[in-house]
Amino acid sequence: MPPVTRLGTFHLDRGGQIFLALLALTTLLVPVLNLAVPADSSLHVSTFTVTLLGKYLTYALLAVAVDLVWGYLGILSLGHAAFFALGGYAMGMYLMRQIGDRGVYGNPELPDFMVFLNWSELPWFWHGFDMFWFAALMVVLAPGLLAFVFGWLAFRSRVTGVYLSIITQALTYALMLAFFRNEMGFGGNNGLTDFKDLLGFDLQSDATRIGLFVASALALAGGYLACRAIVTSKLGRVAVAIRDAESRTRFIGYRVEHVKLWIFTFSAVLAGIAGALYVPQVGIINPGEFSPLNSIEILIWVAIGGRATLYGAVLGAILVNYGKTYLTGVMPDAWLFVLGGLFVLVTLLLPQGLAGLFRRKETTA
Amino acid sequence: MKTLDNLRAAMRRDQVWDFMVPRQALELDMSHGTILYLEDISVTFDGFRAINHLNLYIDAGELRCIIGPNGAGKTTMMDIITGKTRPDTGTAWFGQTIDLLRLSEPEIASVGIGRKFQKPTVFEQHAVLENLELAMAADKRVWPTLLARLTPEQRERIDEVLETIGLQDQRDQRAGALSHGQKQWLEIGMLLMQNPYLLLVDEPVAGMTHQEMDRTAELLRSLAGKHSVVVVEHDMDFVRSIADKVTVLHQGSVLAEGSMDEVRNDPRVIEVYLGGGP
Ligand SMILES: Nc1ncnc2c1ncn2[C@@H]1O[C@H](COP(=O)(O)OP(=O)(O)O)[C@@H](O)[C@H]1O
Ligand SMILES: [Mg+2]
Repeated sequence: MPPVTRLGTFHLDRGGQIFLALLALTTLLVPVLNLAVPADSSLHVSTFTVTLLGKYLTYALLAVAVDLVWGYLGILSLGHAAFFALGGYAMGMYLMRQIGDRGVYGNPELPDFMVFLNWSELPWFWHGFDMFWFAALMVVLAPGLLAFVFGWLAFRSRVTGVYLSIITQALTYALMLAFFRNEMGFGGNNGLTDFKDLLGFDLQSDATRIGLFVASALALAGGYLACRAIVTSKLGRVAVAIRDAESRTRFIGYRVEHVKLWIFTFSAVLAGIAGALYVPQVGIINPGEFSPLNSIEILIWVAIGGRATLYGAVLGAILVNYGKTYLTGVMPDAWLFVLGGLFVLVTLLLPQGLAGLFRRKETTA
Repeated sequence: MKTLDNLRAAMRRDQVWDFMVPRQALELDMSHGTILYLEDISVTFDGFRAINHLNLYIDAGELRCIIGPNGAGKTTMMDIITGKTRPDTGTAWFGQTIDLLRLSEPEIASVGIGRKFQKPTVFEQHAVLENLELAMAADKRVWPTLLARLTPEQRERIDEVLETIGLQDQRDQRAGALSHGQKQWLEIGMLLMQNPYLLLVDEPVAGMTHQEMDRTAELLRSLAGKHSVVVVEHDMDFVRSIADKVTVLHQGSVLAEGSMDEVRNDPRVIEVYLGGGP
């Protein structure tokens, strides 16, 4: 007997329950193991590891955002690295302004790279970034507005499939080239770095690192639950209908382009929030984050974890990035080959990703 | 010159601009017992007349079968009713008040004309129940859809339709796993969820087993009365088993109309079907 269909009620699936339980456990345990357990104990979790985990969690949020549009709506976005990077830049600009006169040149107004370029005043778009609330707003607005305008143009003219993927890729690439230029005022090649503190908390301190880790975990949980609420709503069922039979969905009266636009924009905002949490933890944001390769990597995380499950995206992001950290330490050159090979293997052997394996077990049990 | 004329027409004081004319009433009025009036409709595709001065009237609650050889214009006629194709000449009224030629496709669907295409297209990944839920008449904008909760009346309506199409036992099954016939019934169910007054059904039994055909005949008959149903079908046995009244279409216009027996004995029909060639 198939499970009883639930209509319009929020609920967690098994995978989601397990994921949230593990996330809660990690979020409670890691700070304790870092702060309370002495450094010489084998149970101690180093601050380096805490930050690494925090970084993985922001990638996981990014992957959830991509799964929402790719897995459930069928939009193969190669633009999410851009939304992630924009959120990251908005946060980076705030962190730059926080440096104040502690930079190399000691200029209280201008970030170092502007002094270096002999600029005499702050460009207009840097104003306001000394205030956290403004930067936080921009974290949401910059990727959100870009996604909205882009989506409005693309979905209205019914660009779909490969063509849509290509133009999202082109968008990301254009942004990368733009951000590489010094005249753009985002630090060019070097990007933004040398951050000192956030909301007055020293970015190098253990407590701040823990705080950022916990914030990333909360953002991931919140983002996951929001996406889960969308996909279990009637709108989520409309999204899947669009993915599987777009013109049919239009024919029974849904405004397909509106559905795509809102879900795409929401997903971009999530990616931006992930980027904003990522930057203070890794300590730098540069145009390399816009790299087309990054967008493709995100898709691989989701494919390996399992599309259209949300928790699979989390699993894929964390496992693949753990593998990447490990392998780039041992054999730096091998990573891309391993990633490519893994992708091919999963596509051939596990078309539903690792989550598919889990779901098969669940249904046979 | 043309522009000038248009300009003059636009400035006439005894007329108001199109966008200021009150929108026509979208309430169906069947007080004369007729739900659909097609009058003197013609359509030309690249010089080829697919529909040629067609006149067709459908009564409220009637079950009408349309037959005719391939290329007779049956599908094109449905395209015109649903707004997919615009005729070159003629008028199409839905009841006394609704001018179909002035409405867009989604508007026509929302005033109460539902159409089933030849190829069944259900949402394969969704359960039967979800397919019906998606098709249900409701506010289909983004926010209302995100916040939508089924009311008890809507649940009842879904159950009612499930029963009508005979898929109660499959309600939680993925639509992709249904048999061909069951998919066709589900699609009819999806039409019913939109509470249409007029149902247009294009070749419902193509590819069905005999049992499925019987079941479909029963289903379509049960819909007549509550809805007006127009069925386009090739299969003569099937048509005989359901139709009160049959219309034979040939080269884009009506060749004969009447009961199955009358039509079958009409010399012109025999000529078209058996005599071969126009
Ligand atoms: N969009 C179109 N463009 C050109 N010719 C068309 C188009 N639609 C239908 N026709 C032609 O009109 C005629 C009637 O087609 P159709 O209505 O599909 O016939 P039926 O459904 O009765 O078999 C056919 O000769 C077909 O080739
Ligand atoms: Mg046809």
